Amino acid sequence: METRALRKNSIALTGLAIVGVYVAAILLSFVWLPFDPVAMDTEHLLEGPSLATGHLFGTDEFGRDILSRIMKGASVSLVISLSATALGAVAGVLMGIWAGYLGGRWDQVLMRVADVLFSFPSLLLAIFVMAILGEKTYNVVFAIGIVYIPQFARVSRGAVLTIKSSEFVRAARSNGASSGFILFRHLLPNILVPLIVQVSLSLSVAILLESSLSFLGLGVQPPYPSWGNMLSAGRKVMVIAPWTAVYPGLAIVFLVLGFNLLGDGLRDILDPRLKNAR
Amino acid sequence: MSDDENLLEVRGLKVHFPIHKGIIFRRKAGFVRAVDGVDFSVKKGEALGLVGESGCGKSTTAMAVAQLQAATAGSIRFAGEDLGSLSPKDLRRARRHFQIVFQDPYSSLDPRMRAFDIIAEPLRIYARLGIVDADEAEIERRTLSLMERCGLSTSFARRYPHEFSGGQRQRIGIARALSLGPKLIIADEPVSALDVSIQSQILNLLKDLRKDFDLTFLFIAHDLAVIEYFCDRIAVMYLGRVVETASAAELNKNPMHPYTRALLSAVPLPDPEKERSRRRILLKGDVPSPSAERKGCPFRERCPEAMERCAFSAPNLRAVAEGHEVSCFLYGEA
Repeated sequence: METRALRKNSIALTGLAIVGVYVAAILLSFVWLPFDPVAMDTEHLLEGPSLATGHLFGTDEFGRDILSRIMKGASVSLVISLSATALGAVAGVLMGIWAGYLGGRWDQVLMRVADVLFSFPSLLLAIFVMAILGEKTYNVVFAIGIVYIPQFARVSRGAVLTIKSSEFVRAARSNGASSGFILFRHLLPNILVPLIVQVSLSLSVAILLESSLSFLGLGVQPPYPSWGNMLSAGRKVMVIAPWTAVYPGLAIVFLVLGFNLLGDGLRDILDPRLKNAR
Repeated sequence: MSDDENLLEVRGLKVHFPIHKGIIFRRKAGFVRAVDGVDFSVKKGEALGLVGESGCGKSTTAMAVAQLQAATAGSIRFAGEDLGSLSPKDLRRARRHFQIVFQDPYSSLDPRMRAFDIIAEPLRIYARLGIVDADEAEIERRTLSLMERCGLSTSFARRYPHEFSGGQRQRIGIARALSLGPKLIIADEPVSALDVSIQSQILNLLKDLRKDFDLTFLFIAHDLAVIEYFCDRIAVMYLGRVVETASAAELNKNPMHPYTRALLSAVPLPDPEKERSRRRILLKGDVPSPSAERKGCPFRERCPEAMERCAFSAPNLRAVAEGHEVSCFLYGEA
């Protein structure tokens, strides 16, 4: 049923195809890479893309193959983006629907906590968390996840507030439904649309945030590649060797685009009101 | 009228909503007295109509009876049991005996559930709790037969609410309310959101179901014609209180409370001769704010027959004839 709807939805399909290419590249990177992504090669510094040398995307200032580094970095970026979004979404949604459903004092306390987190610019908050936790790759997940919690809490709380007073929620209560049942069977499915939009946005912003952190030297540490620290290194030689910055940049752009298209399409597919409209 | 016949007995029901002022330092600035001392009872098999203008507390009363709104004071006895004193667990068990049909057929159905699942949900919940003994096959059989009984083709079972018309949605709501085999149906303006042509269909469906399932009704409406068609007895509400109760025929023939008389005189008559010749009672002013502190009869400012004493003490409901109760000083002490 849902897979058929997905096949008919060209936006979602395009997004899925883009994300699929990345996933395939990551899977491939586990078994085979064109070159060793961390091995230096002083014979081939800053060489442009060429078929003859086998460096399809060129080499960086240490002679490392850029394609291999992008492939290696993809798994880091994707895993960080997925797990940070998952962390932020689960914690934030629980916090939001709890606050929205219970209301009163709980609502006040939880949402003021969210406001405090919200009042920091997200990159600053992430840097702050990284500074406390230390510069480890998995700490990037926590840093970005914590940035996301108040965003998901806000979105889900607002959606719950509009639905909570609906008569169908009252009907469920009068039919003997418990609060947990109402939260997960009635409220959660009905706030799915804004949540999916938020998730797809968050996945792409997480990639950008991870890149920013790595760019600033707080994320993935050299010599291990991530798109962010590749961009950061490429910036210095961009004028004489633009490929060092352009290819990691394009990798980010396309993945972000893929997530956004997928989220857009999923939103339409999951809404029963739009099911026959397409 | 002996007490054990009463399926539902409401005594001194009050529902007050606090008004908060201030954003950071919230304090209670007063109360909206939505329901302010309501008494009525519904006998087994009877349909009691609760009528009154917007904002008089009819729906709040219904929600309080359905235990969806906490009562500030008073008692609600259902089948001899005080619902307010039940533990949450016992209340959950009791809920299946009184079910609600809601006013708005659009917001009362979960837009993400199929018609079948909406109607089957109560059974599934109670089956999981072990209160109702039914497996999935039995639930399906009962749900489909209920759909048919409520005038819904079983081929619609897998459709979503947005694919139905208002009348069909209300049928789904009715089927859901019946799925647990309740004794009492609380119908909160079940037809006022529907087109006039659909209203009679739904009313007739409810009438048939009442007979077939041996149901008792607490029927709320602001339309006197609808209430008179459906109900045996009528309670008239004004500003959070019941001002008069009588059988439908008696109320129509012999309205006593000045408010009831005004209300009846506003119902259009089908005969233009009669319509022209009758005297309409026009009330002056508006309904007073339900948040104001009040003394005396709630109707006195608008009452054409207000007396001096009405300003000092409020009359109570008092039987003036067999099955006819009025709360007004015109008909003696109370």
